[in-house]
Amino acid sequence: MDHQATEITLLPGSDKNGETEHFDQIVIRPGETLAIVGPTGSGKSALINDIEVFAQKDTVTGRTVLVNGRAPPEEYVRDPAKKPVALITQNTKCLADLQVQEFLEMHLRSRKIEEEGVVEETIALANEFTGEKITPGARMTSLSGGQTRSLMVADAILISNTPVIILDEVENAGIFKDRVIEVLRTYQKAVVFVTHDPLVALLCDRRVVMRNGTVVRVIEATGVELEALEQVRAVDGFLCMLREEIRAGKIITGDLHHLSPPGEVNAA
Amino acid sequence: MRLLVVAGPPSAGKTAVVKQVIRHLGGEMQPAYLKIDVVRAFEDEEIAREFGIPTKKVYSGDLCPDHAGIMIMREAMEWAGREGADLLIVESAGLCLRCSPYVTQSLGIVVLSAISGTHAPLKMGPMIALADMAVVTRTDLVSQAEKEVFRERIREVAPEIEIVETNAVQGTGLRYLFRRVAGTPAIGDPDRVVLRGVPPLGVCTVCVGKKEIGWQHHFGVVRRLEGTDLFFRGE
Ligand SMILES: Nc1nc2c(ncn2[C@@H]2O[C@H](COP(=O)(O)OP(=O)(O)OP(=O)(O)O)[C@@H](O)[C@H]2O)c(=O)[nH]1
Ligand SMILES: [Zn+2]
Ligand SMILES: [Zn+2]
Repeated sequence: MDHQATEITLLPGSDKNGETEHFDQIVIRPGETLAIVGPTGSGKSALINDIEVFAQKDTVTGRTVLVNGRAPPEEYVRDPAKKPVALITQNTKCLADLQVQEFLEMHLRSRKIEEEGVVEETIALANEFTGEKITPGARMTSLSGGQTRSLMVADAILISNTPVIILDEVENAGIFKDRVIEVLRTYQKAVVFVTHDPLVALLCDRRVVMRNGTVVRVIEATGVELEALEQVRAVDGFLCMLREEIRAGKIITGDLHHLSPPGEVNAA
Repeated sequence: MRLLVVAGPPSAGKTAVVKQVIRHLGGEMQPAYLKIDVVRAFEDEEIAREFGIPTKKVYSGDLCPDHAGIMIMREAMEWAGREGADLLIVESAGLCLRCSPYVTQSLGIVVLSAISGTHAPLKMGPMIALADMAVVTRTDLVSQAEKEVFRERIREVAPEIEIVETNAVQGTGLRYLFRRVAGTPAIGDPDRVVLRGVPPLGVCTVCVGKKEIGWQHHFGVVRRLEGTDLFFRGE
């Protein structure tokens, strides 16, 4: 299988009253980003779940998920090494007892990858996403939420190497989301973000709006929101800098303009 | 009648998996459910209320639940037969981890929780090694890499075992389990149903109620602190 050419198609299911959802199909292609937004309990988790298990009308939502336009072969679902989707959960209840290095080595072994240096490369990439450095000898259980999530994203890119990555609320973890999106784009990944973060939502190519368990709207990034996006980016950069100052123990006084010079956008 | 034996450590999600099986196959088959637990269990009442199928429980007390299960498996099949069931689901609390409750002419399922730690499968020996299928629950709480590492650990114990990953509360991914249950042949000859693995080495005099400490006070298969050899004391 050409991993990089995998395309996921989501076909509508029905709501609690048996009414069909309001979209024909949602296609996720390599290099594209999709945001899933909506209030808590609106069905965002069920949607990513459907994608992850390649629903065939056999989940509560009645949706169908196709891979490259067809029902996925069983091995895509059952063999993790062939599965084209990696889900990074919000929960960071990591497997106990292992060091970061041991964990990654075991993952490489399960994938029968023998290349040298992949462990180091993965940790280095993870460290691009988080301000708190991850060391190879750290225990998986001692990592912070942001560190775990960064490591899982790096793993999904370099070890799992799946064409489709689903990220569940990556913003709350203290991770450089701009950088994550940028890297995922360079690696030509199709990415699905479940998000409440305005910046992440506006950065995505498309936005799926959920309510009461169903998709109510799909918004394409046509450019009308571009101006707003630049403002949100500036606000986000400002907040990031402020967070760093507070973390560094500074006293925050007076005019805060120095934190985001006009015209210059700070990557988070 | 088909026989399904479900084992796994406490709170692994066994009952959640059993409920999914009843929910999905209850239309095609008539299930009956037996829970074997140590001192307290409520699952039988819960399942009877939810699905209206015949259920029963048995307490193993001082005995390992898996051993208790073996003692009563015969009668359980007769009971389920009288109730008109064509699928008997036996859920064992499996605690001693030295033995396993699976018998021949049945489908043996071990349920494991994905958040139980990477070493957990390595500590469960025969409970995994003698099962036909491992159902890994709580995969909704871990990321892809963690699932794969956990899977690798299970394979270290049982290289050939069929693995299914699920959020057992929602039943995602269980279609392969349902298929396997549906494809399990009915018990051919109940008189020939036997344990799949040999039970652990006999019992010692502690098991039959002697309280003294020190190997000198006991007979049967005994062991000393130094050296790992077991030896036999007695007649
Ligand atoms: N999030 C999540 N929770 C689960 C999953 N499977 C089971 N649970 C929950 O875990 C708890 C224990 O599940 P049970 O099915 O009762 O576990 P059990 O193995 O039957 O437990 P005992 O028979 O008491 O040993 C329940 O609250 C379940 O709802 C799962 O896949 N995901
Ligand atoms: Zn036992
Ligand atoms: Zn004993």
